[in-house]
Amino acid sequence: MRKRGNWQRALRVGGRALILVAFCTFTSFPFAWMLITAFKRNSDLYNPVNNPFWFNEPPTLEHLEYVFTKTLYANWIVNTALVGVVVVAITLLLALPAGYSLSRFLGPWGTQLGIGMFLVYLVPPTLLFIPLARVVSELRLHNTLWSLILIYPTITVPFATWLLMGFFKSIPPELEEQALVDGYSRLGAFWRVTLPLAVPGIIAVVIFSFTISAQEFVYALSFVTNVARKTVSVGVPADMVRGDIFDWGPLMASAFLASVPVAILYYFVIDKFVRGFTTAGAIR
Amino acid sequence: MRSSTAAVRPWVSFLTRGGRWLRRERVFAPLLVLPAFLYVVLLVGLPFLYALYLSLTDATTGNPYGSFIGLRNFSEVVQDRVFRTALKNTFVFTLSAQGAVILLSNVLARALSTEFRGKGFVLFLLLLPWVAPVSLSTIGWLWILHARFSVLDWVAWQLGLLPHGQNTFWLGKPNLAMFSVVMVHVWRMLPFATVVLLAGLTSLPRDLLDQAEVDGARFWRKLFQIELPLLLPIMSVAVLFGTIFTFTDMAVVYVLTRGGPFDTTQVLSSLAFFKGIVGGNLSVGAAISLFLFPVLLVAAVLILRAARRAEVT
Repeated sequence: MRKRGNWQRALRVGGRALILVAFCTFTSFPFAWMLITAFKRNSDLYNPVNNPFWFNEPPTLEHLEYVFTKTLYANWIVNTALVGVVVVAITLLLALPAGYSLSRFLGPWGTQLGIGMFLVYLVPPTLLFIPLARVVSELRLHNTLWSLILIYPTITVPFATWLLMGFFKSIPPELEEQALVDGYSRLGAFWRVTLPLAVPGIIAVVIFSFTISAQEFVYALSFVTNVARKTVSVGVPADMVRGDIFDWGPLMASAFLASVPVAILYYFVIDKFVRGFTTAGAIR
Repeated sequence: MRSSTAAVRPWVSFLTRGGRWLRRERVFAPLLVLPAFLYVVLLVGLPFLYALYLSLTDATTGNPYGSFIGLRNFSEVVQDRVFRTALKNTFVFTLSAQGAVILLSNVLARALSTEFRGKGFVLFLLLLPWVAPVSLSTIGWLWILHARFSVLDWVAWQLGLLPHGQNTFWLGKPNLAMFSVVMVHVWRMLPFATVVLLAGLTSLPRDLLDQAEVDGARFWRKLFQIELPLLLPIMSVAVLFGTIFTFTDMAVVYVLTRGGPFDTTQVLSSLAFFKGIVGGNLSVGAAISLFLFPVLLVAAVLILRAARRAEVT
């Protein structure tokens, strides 16, 4: 009896391990592939007889060197970071007061507005890029990073407001009221008591907004055509390919370099997003 | 000196009174929401209305104001063969990708639902596709599916599934290209659905499952009669989000196939982009993208209902 129990246990553990290994291979393979390709000599890369999974010739740094000296990659990274930082600032500036007010003061109205905000998050770029292209060209922002800085908060503000609304809801208003009794002003109570408690939510919003603007593709592709002003998610696919010529070494090196740091950032806040998503509508 | 303080005093009293007025909740609470609200109205609401208007004109980038032509764009678009392919593809992509995602994410979330050593690293590997910039990870796939140096072909050679040196041309044949785009979409959406389901699984009432076990319920019975019904609301949230993002995404199609070969993998959003932005035909592009809207509206309503039920359980 006991023996059979052990067998079943071993089978279950083994099966689980097998499933996880299979899935991990599926999800992370492209990134492993980027990494291998990034360090492979061209003569090794383009020889169909060679084992693609290993270095048949010694690894090389020539592709990385190419990326940083012969392309505008470093420039695109700086652009991406710049846009990201400004978008984060705008998002916090708009979403913090909105989320706070919606969760604390506006009662059922706040809930309705909050749901409205959340639905705006679902409006896809596809539906808006043509009218926004007009807006951008009327404002003479075409081909500038400002066009992206103007547009990206349309994605980040609604979701950030929604997320922060949930966080403020979870902080008991009594704490603030106590601070008011103690002689703080409304703003003082918010600043000293509520805001510090909402820090995890704020960090989630910062990372979310930053990664969204680093990843965004459609608007960046539509609004910025000047090579030097592109962000990395458009610069690499659009300008590191000359005609039909794909330089796979440099391409994979730059894709890997831009993907994995973003992933590491995201990893730390993943459970907060899940909470944000799964409690969508948690407020009646 | 004195006269200037006297002149200042009314302002000071106005400001402090204003301050008191501002301190009243009924006044400052809406004021706090206003900036975010205005932003959304100006850059989402109005552009959306503008898209509606554009679709009823013959505006192009050369003639951005155009003139009113009623529903002609829509009737022309519907008769276009490429548009009909794109419409069909959008649904095929979304439904098949989401079908696969539901199935796989259920298996995966279940395998992840217990604690084990190295779980953090496993989660990191599983999350990569969702959090990496899609245009860059899709380039990775472009290389994996390369016409001549595809690593998949190489593996197939070694396994004897394909004569050595012969290529599959993953992105060169309509059906295979379609399959490739669906596969990359599944790859990308799987992590999100899994994480949401995992959150659902861990919040299942433990005692209910224990009770079922005591009563002698076996794996399948427990799965179909207790766990899946309890998970259904949260699963539908994951699926609906995935559906919306797959339905409206063009990055994978754009990078992988540009809608080719011969427009066989074109979807509504990529077609709207090629006609509206690349081709400069603003009004037709707007009309095409508006075909997405009714489906999105239905999905949004369903999300809210599902989420509300998820909260109750």
